[in-house]
Amino acid sequence: MGSNVRPIHTNTSDGDTMSDTTDSGPMLAADGTPLKRSLSRALRRQKMRALMLVAPLLIFVLISFIFPIGSMLFRSVENDIVADTLPLTVVELQNWDADSGELPDEALYAAFAADMVAAIEAKNHTKLGTRLNYEQTGLSSLFRKSGRKMKRLDPAADAPFKDKIIDIDKKWGDVETWRAIKTHSVRITNGYFLNAVDMRRTPEGAQAQPEDKQILITLFQRTLLMSLMITGSCIILAYPVAWILANLPARTANVLMILVLLPFWTSLLVRTSAWKVMLQQQGVINEVLVWLGMVADHSRLALINNQTGTIIAMTHILLPFMILPMYSVMQTIKPHYVRAAKSMGATDWTAFWRVYFPQSVPGIGAGSILVFILAIGYYITPEIVGGTKGVFISNRIAYHISSSLNWGLAAALGTILLAVVLILYWAYDKIVGIDNVKLG
Amino acid sequence: MPDGSTSDAFVAFERVQKSYDGENLVVKDLNLSLPKGEFLTMLGPSGSGKTTCLMMLAGFETATHGEILLDGRPINNIPPHKRGIGMVFQNYALFPHMTVAENLSFPLEVRKMGKSEREEKVKRALDMVQMGAFGGRRPAQLSGGQQQRIALARALVFEPELVLMDEPLGALDKQLREHMQFEITRLAHELGITTVYVTHDQTEALTMSDRVAVFDDGRIQQLDPPDTLYEEPQNSFVAQFIGENNTLEGVVQEINGDKCLVRLDDGEVIDAKPINVSQVGERTRVSIRPERVEFNKERLQEGAHTLKAEVLEFIYMGDIFRTRLRVAGNDEFVVKTRNAPDQVRLKPGEQIEIGWLPEDCRALDA
Repeated sequence: MGSNVRPIHTNTSDGDTMSDTTDSGPMLAADGTPLKRSLSRALRRQKMRALMLVAPLLIFVLISFIFPIGSMLFRSVENDIVADTLPLTVVELQNWDADSGELPDEALYAAFAADMVAAIEAKNHTKLGTRLNYEQTGLSSLFRKSGRKMKRLDPAADAPFKDKIIDIDKKWGDVETWRAIKTHSVRITNGYFLNAVDMRRTPEGAQAQPEDKQILITLFQRTLLMSLMITGSCIILAYPVAWILANLPARTANVLMILVLLPFWTSLLVRTSAWKVMLQQQGVINEVLVWLGMVADHSRLALINNQTGTIIAMTHILLPFMILPMYSVMQTIKPHYVRAAKSMGATDWTAFWRVYFPQSVPGIGAGSILVFILAIGYYITPEIVGGTKGVFISNRIAYHISSSLNWGLAAALGTILLAVVLILYWAYDKIVGIDNVKLG
Repeated sequence: MPDGSTSDAFVAFERVQKSYDGENLVVKDLNLSLPKGEFLTMLGPSGSGKTTCLMMLAGFETATHGEILLDGRPINNIPPHKRGIGMVFQNYALFPHMTVAENLSFPLEVRKMGKSEREEKVKRALDMVQMGAFGGRRPAQLSGGQQQRIALARALVFEPELVLMDEPLGALDKQLREHMQFEITRLAHELGITTVYVTHDQTEALTMSDRVAVFDDGRIQQLDPPDTLYEEPQNSFVAQFIGENNTLEGVVQEINGDKCLVRLDDGEVIDAKPINVSQVGERTRVSIRPERVEFNKERLQEGAHTLKAEVLEFIYMGDIFRTRLRVAGNDEFVVKTRNAPDQVRLKPGEQIEIGWLPEDCRALDA
């Protein structure tokens, strides 16, 4: 911008002013400030007001959602406990060649003794034991038991420590124990993620878990497969219902809509428990079938505490989430499309399949995304009616959160679940196009 | 009915009735027949039963009573897709998920036509409506007028002998509508298709049709070619509904063949032609077209009755002048005069005398 840039408020009918105003300069407002700056200043108040209006929700979401989720996700890789509890030992372990097959030297045992005495003082050694126990069974009790005896050691006076510590528990004389500690002494670990996919972190790198510990991949597969089946059965059951609702007069449709929404107004637990009553061996369905003579008394159907139970109950619970988007899309499909198709010679089926159905696909897509994503993270219903064969990955996450207290693994499982959903969402967008999803 | 014989009719309604609720008849005793190749318009206000008639013919509504014949065959029990009737819908009903070409190809596909033949026919139909270059577009990418053309092409592509159109031009602006009116009539006559056209726009009905059926209250009020309909309305409803019309109310004073005298409510007497009045003393509504009113005394017949009138408003409309008068207590009496060099331009407040030829003033039902 040269000095010949002039404000536009000069009279433009004056030929001289026109000629020496360069075209390349920025557009200026009447007071000579660049137009862009004036505009943004004028809009700032508006923006601030809008921001103030959304601020309460923004702060709430930030505090109650983004932050906890973020910290949970971080837990899946965070592994400070070893390095924090045994700082000197971890340093010494760097100098020890884990592959040599020989025990560490006295310096390490001395560092370990110093660390342990401090940790026992702070009562941190059992926590460390619990953490390491996830990776190698027995380490929890090793730390607990040794803790009682090592308390009496004096790091300053009782050297040398190597034999004394091995005396306390001969596992301290086992190379594997030290290898385990060294492997898991890193501050940021991929161990939880490896565990989550049935592998483990070893000194030799990632390896598969022993066969008897491999359950999580199966659970992931089962969760995905069953969620797909639930989504599928929801589509099949919801489509006719949504169609009828969309084609009835508004008043009748509203009454029926209440029936669709009714499940929303009863407790999820009550509904699931009701399914328990219906489905169990001595339950309503089996009793009726036996009474009708369709099923022999000794071979009653196993409808609960397995995958069948989970699919039945969850299909029922998630059905409204499929019906509602389908209904709102079908409402927008005017009957004259089908009429037009018929007037051109299409049979009822052709008119439906070629003209009505393609236009209802966005509703199916929206419903499927909703149901599938809800299903993949479902917890209560599989817990109650799923038995051992019908539980989902979320039940495993819950177990690690509340029972085994292995939060790192729970966080890793949760992160993988989140990633799977996002990947599927992305794939859906690529294949169907998220623009084609209509919720209303 | 003016056309009672249905023997050689292509489409015939015989004593058709339709009720939706079992209490009220939407269509009351409809008798109508049209020969092959005719362009017939069903014209009427909304709720007059015209669309219901069209839907019964298309097969989307069933007649409660009576028979509908297509080419001599009763079609009451034939489902719509077997009737072979082309139809253009009010909002075009172009399938949004198909391209224009796929839309046109659809009726051919359901007829199991071969691919090359389909493409050939689609191309010809698109060319017919001058939309040949738009085959690959989606309906949403077209303007209203273009969508209209495609809808028309789609209704014609499978060469039906009968095409139904349900207010197809309702959504277009005036200029486009007038252009499409011409296009549709041209195509219909060129292809020799029988057309039943539903509209509530009387100009459309008059300009396009061979005959117009004016519907009101579930009945055909009059079925005639446009000129007859306009110049010789058979009752007050038709006179009011078609074109602009001046109405004066009074009592029949004297009937003498095809002339009568009517005493208006303010005591003045005028000449009229009795249409559906039969006896002296009957109340009547006389109807005069605005362009048939004469205020140049020299052009009136000798002995013609005249009325005093006061000019209330003079509107210059370019090709015509529209003058609003107060006549016999009626403030809405309109006279239209051509903008000719020697034409008088009346001024508001002027007192004049008006008259008309007795045959232009029709004494109708009250």
